[in-house]
Amino acid sequence: MNIASHYSYWVTMFLVIGGLYIVIARGNLVKKLIGVAIFQTSVYLLYIAPGKLIGGTAPIITEQFQVYSNPLPHVLILTAIVVGIATLALGLALVVRIREAYGSIEEDEILTRDRDGER
Amino acid sequence: MITQLPILQVVIPLIAAPLMVLLRHGTAAWLLAVGVSWASLAIALGLLSEVAGGGLVSYALGSWPPPWGIEYRVDSVNAYLAVIVSMVAAVVVVYMRRSVAEEVPQEHHYLFYSMYALCLAGLLGIALTGDGFNMFVFFEISSLATYVLIALGRDRRALMAAYQYLIMGTIGATFFVIGVGLLYLMTGTLNLADMAARLPDVTDPRPVLAALAFITVGVSLKLALFPLHLWLPNAYAYAPSAVTAFLAATATKVSVYVLLRFYFSVFGETAVFRALPTGSILLALSLAAVFVASVVAIFQGNVKRMFAYSSVAQIGYITLGVSFDSATGLTAGIVHLFNHALTKGALFLLLGGIALRAAAMRFDDLRGMGRLMPLTSFGIVLGGLSLIGVPGTVGFVSKWYLVVAALEQGAWWIAFLVVAGSLLALAYVWRFVEAAYFHAPDPKMAAGPGEAPLSMLVPAWLMIAACVYFGLDTGLTLGGAGEAAQVLLKGKW
Repeated sequence: MNIASHYSYWVTMFLVIGGLYIVIARGNLVKKLIGVAIFQTSVYLLYIAPGKLIGGTAPIITEQFQVYSNPLPHVLILTAIVVGIATLALGLALVVRIREAYGSIEEDEILTRDRDGER
Repeated sequence: MITQLPILQVVIPLIAAPLMVLLRHGTAAWLLAVGVSWASLAIALGLLSEVAGGGLVSYALGSWPPPWGIEYRVDSVNAYLAVIVSMVAAVVVVYMRRSVAEEVPQEHHYLFYSMYALCLAGLLGIALTGDGFNMFVFFEISSLATYVLIALGRDRRALMAAYQYLIMGTIGATFFVIGVGLLYLMTGTLNLADMAARLPDVTDPRPVLAALAFITVGVSLKLALFPLHLWLPNAYAYAPSAVTAFLAATATKVSVYVLLRFYFSVFGETAVFRALPTGSILLALSLAAVFVASVVAIFQGNVKRMFAYSSVAQIGYITLGVSFDSATGLTAGIVHLFNHALTKGALFLLLGGIALRAAAMRFDDLRGMGRLMPLTSFGIVLGGLSLIGVPGTVGFVSKWYLVVAALEQGAWWIAFLVVAGSLLALAYVWRFVEAAYFHAPDPKMAAGPGEAPLSMLVPAWLMIAACVYFGLDTGLTLGGAGEAAQVLLKGKW
């Protein structure tokens, strides 16, 4: 197996792990959402990259072209992008509400305030 | 008309959601929600009778024949699940009117019902679709609606709970879609039945194994399998009462179905349970869920949170049944899907009645509830008995079959642990009994109004009555579950 010929997978895995790391390591709610967004973006690459063949064209049957790229992953990812945007928008809206309610967007501060409130 | 049932099941709530936003009127939106939920139940029952006896309904969306177009594929397994979801919806929606009026600001009512309809559409969509990517989209539709519904809770902690669920839920759904993507790369199809037919021809098994791992972890996050359950207790504790009841009874159950479908109908029983130690891993996690979550439940200060942890434990029983990989085990797991939906739905509905009267849901606030709200408290005790698994309730039926399945495999120690887990349930249910019946009511509370309003009591008691009825007459539930288990073990979809 040739590593160089699979470089798009390496990029994908880097984004998966990087995104997840940000979600786990950062306490800032907005930064966590950015991590989630990067993580989701990696999936777009995972789907789209294998659909492209070098020298391939759109799947229109003519005698000139013999090699076609697969258009289906693009369509799927268009849907996935919409889902990703909806998630990010909802997440940011929640962060706005959290900031109004707690006056902070740092996870540890919010959790401390909840613990103090319970006493 | 009959041939269009699968699509109507999903499209009716999906169209109702934007209609409710256009109506901009709380009561009108609620009436629409009632109509939609009852129509869903009628359609789901119609589908179940259609596929009874091992039938299969295949619906080609937009008349694009599968595997090219999206296919809705209904057999006894997902018809059974659609009945659970829409039955709970039909009961909870009646209850919602009063509960939501108290807990959600007036100007948000129509949006609340709109989100509820979207959530219902998503859950039913997951249940019926036979297409991997379509399943992911419905997962996200239901999840996004759920995050909003949870965030509408009165307590500000509801916001944080919704945020945490959003992060965990999105990671789960993305893991799921990575798994589906890997399967698509290896088989070139998204249609699950077609995928199952092509998987044996795949020469390089490594991406398929990776797909199995990604899907297992992603769906386990969604179904709150221990130790991936961390989002659940806060989400259930701080969401509006009606939302908690609806979610506890439906959302996790639908995720269990997805896991079953991928294990038995796509990867195949041999690949998942014979070639890999999936059964043992699932067994260990399920038992850990039962014991750790039950013990944590005993030490909760908040009643709603206590029952939320109990949900994690009960999900453990469901996956325990699956891990046996036998007809009896699967039957136990699937029948517990139904039984736990009834029990936990009823319990959270009744707790919603208390939430109207008590300032908070701490045990101190519940003192003397047995005298102030006799019907509600007695209902909770009956529901608690079902959680423990006392004969005469639905909980007993599930536990009985779990024990039988364990003994079938000669694993008497698992049978022993199932019974021991019930004792832990007794401990946490007893905490409610002690607070409600063995303490004098707070004089301030005693002066207030008594029993919960009828529009909330009747739906809740309907579910409690069903808990007892299906505990005595098991023909319908066990018959359906047994048939679903047979269909799953057959492997072909």
